[in-house]
Amino acid sequence: MKITFPHMGYLNIPLRSFFNNLGQEVIEPPAINQHTINLGTRYAPEFACLPLKINIGNFIQAAELGANTIVMAGGIGPCRFGYYAQVQREILADLGINMDMIVLEPPQGGWKLLLRGLRRLTGKVSLLAIFEAGAIAWAKLKALDQLAQRVYSIRAQEISRGSTNRIWKQILTHIDGANDLKAVQKAADCGYALLQGIKTQPHKEMLKVGLVGEIYTVLEPAVNLGLEEVLGSMGVEVVRSIYLSEWVITNLVLHTFYLRDDREHYQLAAPYLDHFVGGHGIESISNTVKYARAGMDGVIHVAPLTCMPEIVAKTILPGVSLGENIPVLTLMLDEHSAEAGILTRLEAFCELLWQRKRMPKVRRQQNKTEMELSRGKLSVAGISGH
Amino acid sequence: MLVKIGIPRALLYYHYFPLWECFWGHLGLEVITSPPTDKSVLDRGVIAAAPETCLPVKVYYGHVLALAKAVDYLFVPRIISAQKGTYICPKFMGLPNMIKHSGYDLPPLISPTLDTNRGKKSWQRAHIQAAQGLGYNKKKALTAWRYANYRLRLYREKLQQKRTPLEFLNHDHSLPRSFTSPTILLLGHPYNLFDEFTNMNLIRQLYQYGYQIITPEMLSPVIIEREATQLPKHLFWSLGRTILGTAFHCLKNSPVVGVIHLTSFGCGPDSLVGELLERRVNKLSNLPFLLLTLDEHTGEGGLITRLEAFLDMIEWRRSS
Repeated sequence: MKITFPHMGYLNIPLRSFFNNLGQEVIEPPAINQHTINLGTRYAPEFACLPLKINIGNFIQAAELGANTIVMAGGIGPCRFGYYAQVQREILADLGINMDMIVLEPPQGGWKLLLRGLRRLTGKVSLLAIFEAGAIAWAKLKALDQLAQRVYSIRAQEISRGSTNRIWKQILTHIDGANDLKAVQKAADCGYALLQGIKTQPHKEMLKVGLVGEIYTVLEPAVNLGLEEVLGSMGVEVVRSIYLSEWVITNLVLHTFYLRDDREHYQLAAPYLDHFVGGHGIESISNTVKYARAGMDGVIHVAPLTCMPEIVAKTILPGVSLGENIPVLTLMLDEHSAEAGILTRLEAFCELLWQRKRMPKVRRQQNKTEMELSRGKLSVAGISGH
Repeated sequence: MLVKIGIPRALLYYHYFPLWECFWGHLGLEVITSPPTDKSVLDRGVIAAAPETCLPVKVYYGHVLALAKAVDYLFVPRIISAQKGTYICPKFMGLPNMIKHSGYDLPPLISPTLDTNRGKKSWQRAHIQAAQGLGYNKKKALTAWRYANYRLRLYREKLQQKRTPLEFLNHDHSLPRSFTSPTILLLGHPYNLFDEFTNMNLIRQLYQYGYQIITPEMLSPVIIEREATQLPKHLFWSLGRTILGTAFHCLKNSPVVGVIHLTSFGCGPDSLVGELLERRVNKLSNLPFLLLTLDEHTGEGGLITRLEAFLDMIEWRRSS
């Protein structure tokens, strides 16, 4: 069995470690490039969201390298992700690529399905071995998430451009190379030390921008065109709303044992959106409110084009922006998104944030009132001329 | 003067209008529907909605704005699910919030949360609560609900006699129908199939060309459900289940001569359901398949050309 899986940020590092420690051979698809995206858009449905297309590209490229088994996650809706695997299976089969697909359904869809999927993956390995492999993969994921958080603030303050990115690449290799829990800990400590060594301007004035939206576009730099790096190089500290390790804890662990507590999200979002809409729709709203109240300078909302939960969020965000007095930029990404276009919009947005930051608070409040007044004028009769 | 409640003529209006009309009517409210979609409704919707939204939701905005001045309350239900274990679409789940934050001056919204996943009687409970919120007593609301439910059942039975909602909702009896002509399987969401403005009279045109149609509304939900369970994984969009279930049933059991899938640009569930549908139709049969995608820019000429080419292909296959 030669296992492959789709790319999503640095998820490949803990996943590969998990399967390798179970004694499985892993053939990873090449890092997402233009060819991946081309393959995906050629064979996937036209209006499918971008992650599905890129997954298809990943699978085809992995198949070319000799992989024969795909590990994929499932879901129970209403977001399209829950039905990805079934559609992808049919597309690949019709292309003549006969790969085995193991779909790990979330426990909400039934324990039996999840265990059956897991058991097919692990073969006849003892439970203890599975637990150990899981523990190492988990340690890697957690270390990477924590290091990434540090990287965001350091990148915005670095003196020589690109130094943080070089260190981050080193960190990824170190963590990837670690074979047991102790080694992971050591690699993480070494990572912190390396980050500490980067020369920074400690008292530099920075913008602080929250990154909210759909999980895949938030986590995968090849899809969001390296948003975090670009912003970092503009001297913006990014606060990412989604970390995979947190996602795993709330969705896979706490949810399963009925301990999940979304009350904070629901409370924050309630004045704007008072019902779950699938995906990360409600989190996009609640995190924007949270960041506004924490005094951050702005929020960037990313999502794939036609993403249903995020369209709901996007429609409501202008109201949140007005109500909480925080600028929001929505980027809907697809296979045609070009770096230059995104860069221009980001620069303009940051320019706006700087002006706003330097504006006295009283003036900012006046601005808000003026905007509210002008918005109230958008009456039903106002556009009846059409 | 009677209190006026507005029901936009869009989205699931085509499935549930008799229910809502009877429910609010029985309670003594005056039910007002927006006029059928036209250029001005569509244009206003396109301006009001976010550009990424799909056509049916933009049309819904247009209908809401058309009603806004004329009514005291707007009925914008939050429809989560009409069948256990399924959803309609995330956009339906956020619809009242989207409308509320559109920045327009609107009458108060009445938005019961209709979710069969929360129990069989959830729709009943939500409607009664909405009526109580307007000051009607529970007993009267319950009676109204029972009448309304009965009306809905009658409506559905009528649809299953190979009739379209156009005849009952628009009182349009001018459709040139015949029950002996060859049948085309017309699949899609009700708001695409029965909005004669956005789909440019597709049903009427098919009748005029001498075909009859089967739509998902004409089959019993029991049959559709039985067929839909054959899917490799439980499909969690009820409208998608209906489309695939209808297709599986008709390809096996009825003499259809062609399949048309009518969808709207950017429809999330249809992007996957349509893909499965096309592949299954090709595997199960060798029928001609036409995918029509609607958006606010669709021109009638383009649609007619494609439709005629498709019908020519059917004729050619039938005669050879």
